[in-house]
Amino acid sequence: MSTYLLGIDVGSTTVKTVICKDGKVIYNKYERHFSKVRETVCQQLKLIKEKYPDSSFKLAITGSAGLGIANACKLPFVQEVFAAYTAVKADYSDTDVVVELGGEDAKIIFLTGGLEQRMNGSCAGGTGAFIDQMATLLDVTPAELSELSLKSEKLYPIASRCGVFAKSDIQPLLNQGAKKEDIAASIFQAVVDQTVSGLAQGRKIEGKVLFLGGPLYFLKGLRMAFVSTLGLSDENAIFPELAPCFVAYGSALQAESIGSEMNIDKLVRLVETAKSEDNIVTGKPLFENKQEYSDFIARHSKSDLKYEDIKTYEGDAFLGVDAGSTTTKLVLITPDGKLLYQHYCSNKGQPLDVIKNKLLEIYSLANPKLKIRASAVTGYGEDMIKAGLGIDFGIVETVAHYKAASFFCPDVDFIIDIGGQDIKCFKIKNHAIDSIMLNEACSSGCGSFIQTFAQAMGYSIADFARLGLFAKAPVELGSRCTVFMNSSVKQAQKDGASVEDISAGLSSSIIKNAVYKVIRAKSIDELGKNIVVQGGTFLNDAVLRSFEKELGRNVIRPAIAGLMGAFGCALYAMEQYNSRKIISSLIKEQALKEFSYTSTAAQCNGCTAHCNLTILRFNDKRKFISGNRCEKGAGLVVKDKTENMIEFKYNSLVALQEKHTPNPKAKVGFPLALSFYDLLPFYHTLFSELGFEVVLSEQSTRDTYYKGQQTIASDTVCYPAKLCHGHIESLFEKGVDFIFYPCMTYNIDEGESDNHYNCPVVAYYPELLKANMDKLNNNNFISPYIDLNKKKSSVRNITKSLEKYNISKKQVEKAFDKAFESLNNWHIEIQNKAKEIIFKARQKNQHIIVLAGRPYHIDPEINHGIHKLLNSLGLATITEDSITHLVHTPALDVLNQWTYHSRLYKAAQYVAGQKDMQLVQLVSFGCGIDAVTSDEIRAILEQKGKLYTQLKIDEINNLGAAKIRLRSLIAALEEKE
Amino acid sequence: MEKSKSQRVNITTFTEEMKKDYTILVPDMLPIHFKLIIAIFKKYGYKMELLQTNSRNVVDEGLKNVHNDTCYPALLVIGQFMDALKSGKYDVNKTALLISQTGGGCRASNYLHLLRKALSNEFPQVPVLSLNFSGLDKNPAFEITPAIALKLVYAVVYGDLLMSLYYQCKPYEKKKNATDNLLARWEHRLGKLFDDGRYTKTTSIYKAILKDFGNLEREQVKKPKVGIVGEIYVKYSPLANNQLCDFLLAEGYEPNVPGLLDFVLYCAINGANDKALYGERNKTTFLYSIGYDVLYKFQKNLIKIIKEHGQFEPPHDFEHLRAAADKYMSQGVKMGEGWLITAEMVALAESGTKNIICTQPFGCLPNHIVAKGMSRVIKEAYPDANITAIDYDPGATRVNQENRIKLMLANAKL
Repeated sequence: MSTYLLGIDVGSTTVKTVICKDGKVIYNKYERHFSKVRETVCQQLKLIKEKYPDSSFKLAITGSAGLGIANACKLPFVQEVFAAYTAVKADYSDTDVVVELGGEDAKIIFLTGGLEQRMNGSCAGGTGAFIDQMATLLDVTPAELSELSLKSEKLYPIASRCGVFAKSDIQPLLNQGAKKEDIAASIFQAVVDQTVSGLAQGRKIEGKVLFLGGPLYFLKGLRMAFVSTLGLSDENAIFPELAPCFVAYGSALQAESIGSEMNIDKLVRLVETAKSEDNIVTGKPLFENKQEYSDFIARHSKSDLKYEDIKTYEGDAFLGVDAGSTTTKLVLITPDGKLLYQHYCSNKGQPLDVIKNKLLEIYSLANPKLKIRASAVTGYGEDMIKAGLGIDFGIVETVAHYKAASFFCPDVDFIIDIGGQDIKCFKIKNHAIDSIMLNEACSSGCGSFIQTFAQAMGYSIADFARLGLFAKAPVELGSRCTVFMNSSVKQAQKDGASVEDISAGLSSSIIKNAVYKVIRAKSIDELGKNIVVQGGTFLNDAVLRSFEKELGRNVIRPAIAGLMGAFGCALYAMEQYNSRKIISSLIKEQALKEFSYTSTAAQCNGCTAHCNLTILRFNDKRKFISGNRCEKGAGLVVKDKTENMIEFKYNSLVALQEKHTPNPKAKVGFPLALSFYDLLPFYHTLFSELGFEVVLSEQSTRDTYYKGQQTIASDTVCYPAKLCHGHIESLFEKGVDFIFYPCMTYNIDEGESDNHYNCPVVAYYPELLKANMDKLNNNNFISPYIDLNKKKSSVRNITKSLEKYNISKKQVEKAFDKAFESLNNWHIEIQNKAKEIIFKARQKNQHIIVLAGRPYHIDPEINHGIHKLLNSLGLATITEDSITHLVHTPALDVLNQWTYHSRLYKAAQYVAGQKDMQLVQLVSFGCGIDAVTSDEIRAILEQKGKLYTQLKIDEINNLGAAKIRLRSLIAALEEKE
Repeated sequence: MEKSKSQRVNITTFTEEMKKDYTILVPDMLPIHFKLIIAIFKKYGYKMELLQTNSRNVVDEGLKNVHNDTCYPALLVIGQFMDALKSGKYDVNKTALLISQTGGGCRASNYLHLLRKALSNEFPQVPVLSLNFSGLDKNPAFEITPAIALKLVYAVVYGDLLMSLYYQCKPYEKKKNATDNLLARWEHRLGKLFDDGRYTKTTSIYKAILKDFGNLEREQVKKPKVGIVGEIYVKYSPLANNQLCDFLLAEGYEPNVPGLLDFVLYCAINGANDKALYGERNKTTFLYSIGYDVLYKFQKNLIKIIKEHGQFEPPHDFEHLRAAADKYMSQGVKMGEGWLITAEMVALAESGTKNIICTQPFGCLPNHIVAKGMSRVIKEAYPDANITAIDYDPGATRVNQENRIKLMLANAKL
């Protein structure tokens, strides 16, 4: 009998086994486990037994899902990064860096120049599972995704931080018709960027690099992206044959010293019978018995629609199309709301083709005496479909959904729609939409999430949902975003939860996400009596039941829950036709047969935003441009430009760099970031008066971010802070003698608040920059602590910090006063400008939007050009700080202790008293302080019957969601009027 | 000036009348310390009860009742209160809630307000009491008098000593649970000492505690130490950090958790620091610097006695912590735990605890700067320092956190 070394790596998606003898790998196997962790492990062990019947093994277990098994069976466990390290040391000892991508973890090991091992944090799950998700989105396999990427011509910027973010970048690209090849390559590039910025965090990946893990082994496109981004030569980029099983190999090597010895039979017995720790929290079953289930089914079947045969029907018909983010829906109805035709399918990344084909089908099925009188479209792809196929009306989704819901329940109080990507909730008051709640980019894990999960476990979505219905003990999986849910599921699997329990658990997670994160109702009564649920996700009975259980009351789910957007469109088209008798411009059958289009990518050079455009050229020579923020991109001439405060403020700050100082003492640099957007006029005058030439860093672009990406210390800090690193680099490029960037615990006291702090990030970011950017030292980076409210100490601290330029306290004091004068003048300028904009808007009967955020939200790279979007929607825009002098701070229920934020409360109070003004709050992702302010602002506004709209912004460059919110706001305002 | 309050949220004042028969619920942060604090308030006629619930419902109530981007500590504290009020265990018409407030520039000062918002719908009658030393949110029947404040300081110091000795003995105890039993005995005894006023005899009490713990039978092995620093609630509360200390004990490590007195000293010295930086000198800063001197003497004395006893490691001298911080950042960084986190990491690294877990709520604003932002420079100065930042939030799973800690521990063995 001989003894072998056995390494077992149980990862989040796969099981790997490796057998070693005399330091050589003699056997290895790699297999997906589809969440049947223990079964797969035992299966592999039995294979091994067949091959090596009479052998004994010294073994060790590794991997994220291996920990549970190891603990339960009392077998030795090796942490996976450590196992990889062991294997690398044995076989590739001259390696400098190891990059390993697994199912859900990304790891990096630096071997030379100080050993360091890192894993992705909990908010960066975008790796193997992320690639799978993206492939699903494009309706290809990961292998096909890799093939596609090799044929790309162009890269789009895709947020690299986490899967959900990337998804919301990719979806609009798909809907605009960008090429799959280009998107595929961009996805891989995003994974590379994430590894470089999120994991390496300032350390360079260079020298001999070893790439490990399944995705890197199987996906050539991903390998190429890494090699080219890191600039590695062939001999320095090593992809070992054993890459997928490399970690298992490491644990086999570790088994030599720590392994327990046994034969396979005993091991299988151990794995099969070991009791896992009872860590899983479980809930109650969705249905106690079959009877409860059939009552449930009977109750909901009451909300079915009647059908009419499209082949025999004669008369008027109305078409509704919902071009959603992942799915496309079409309905054709009769004037009395009977269904002639319905279709629901994945848009497979090509909504235009799908709709064309379905429309052709309608034409071929329809009785010649059926007349489509009008048509309407909604959803992400609205503009494109409308332009391409001549649909008569485009309406915003919220309106479409309300129309549809009120058809089923005229007195509806609350509508919740969970679609592939979005959760939308509306409260209805007096037959008008009263408030709208949408999910944040961070919690998009809705319908498409459960679908991806079902597929990952090897089930169709329908089967997967059915399994959950009668689960005995649904697992509690928490209620966060996709990435977090992934790891919750991982934990449940580790603890031995069944697929049934996981399926039911996921349904209830989705509901908890909606109830706790999106609706956030304090009590169920707030939602009202009549609740209509819709969206494809609610067709899943397990989800529907979870919702009813969570609320403790029954709701209405129309049988066409997944088609409500389209149904609402059809109803809208009908209303319009009835009141205006329009002649439909919908494309006719013959033209439709000939209809074709090509899509090309381009970049707009109209301004510094450089929007990525997708140009569709139709066969009749018309073209449609998407991806633009303003009219320029669409090739239109701008006339009667509405002025807006964001541009005014930004331009006047940037213009300060035209002011030069004669014979300057030295060049001082200010980063155009964070607090400088508030106090630049002050510091500019201060230093000009003291005889310095003031240099500003470049105007932010995406490249500014990339420039400083390597030194970002915390991957969860807000985007405005991350941009700071690039601005410092930019100042060095401009050749400044030193950078002046003070730490400011306190901002200026503007009165009427409890305190006047800056937020911790704004206050102390210079400390972080100094600690993480090698270039900075006490000579070239001057950052005294200043409290501008205290002239005496400020003058003293500034004088001291500029010691080497021989400036007296007296001079500083004089300059200090002048600086304050400049600041005050600037404030007056802003206030006057606001007056002017308001006056003009009122003359033109425009709505006025107060875009309320932080001073640095005027940076176009931070706000992504939202002000342009507002303008293009016909709204005049002013900022929160331009109206605060007109009002007193309202009564508040929170501690009002930050200067920037106290402006928000005042602005909200002012808006609440103005009929034609609305407040839109801009919130940077990761800004914890806005968790305090946003609820308070909402309360101030709602007390006066105003709508509250929040836009979350991050590095994501897509305004699709923002556009829907803003249009919903406008639609709601119009309804109210 | 008395500020006007909105009509949206009710504020119930805690009256002398209520003091008689109300139960005041206290959130679970530092079990050892808070038990002592409860004993002190009992002497002043307050009936307090420490909440030690940790069901999933605590988190769910938190998610339901506060904005989900609010930091995890607020979510848990408020969730724990709501869970308790709804549990049926307490008469909601005879219950008040206690929450602490620092008044600093971080979100924590707003917890109290978020709690009131959460209560306003279902439990508007429940009064909320603020435990703070900066005159925020005054309540006539719950006044932190100088006498109470001083007693609280004693509770902090004794609590720190017990916690530190517990973790220095527990990994090595020969008789199972002997350390826990001893801890329970001393918690009880200190309660009595607070009752009869003998708690001021610090020197002899320290010595007696040291003697008892010193006499515990312990294995003569050395286990690797793991330091725990971070945001104050997550760092200490087992509810928040998924029983981190128990996990480390089970894995065969000695947890090393710096005490609460450091944080109290940090708050006190920040007043004096402000004076130095911004030239502010008023009654408050003056009181703060006197307070600091008194507290620092407490610590000095404790360190001296532990050293004389010779078996256990004393806390870091606070003046040394200040000097340690100065090497990396200004003491002007005073929001949240501010420069103290950096200082504690440095002090741990230089005193032989190379493995450090920095616990923080997901998205904690000050920690971007003082923890994640400083770990690079600390690692440069102490190349063998092994620092891992772990984020805690309602969705982060234990397996994910433990896997990262295990990676760190595997490194510890290299």
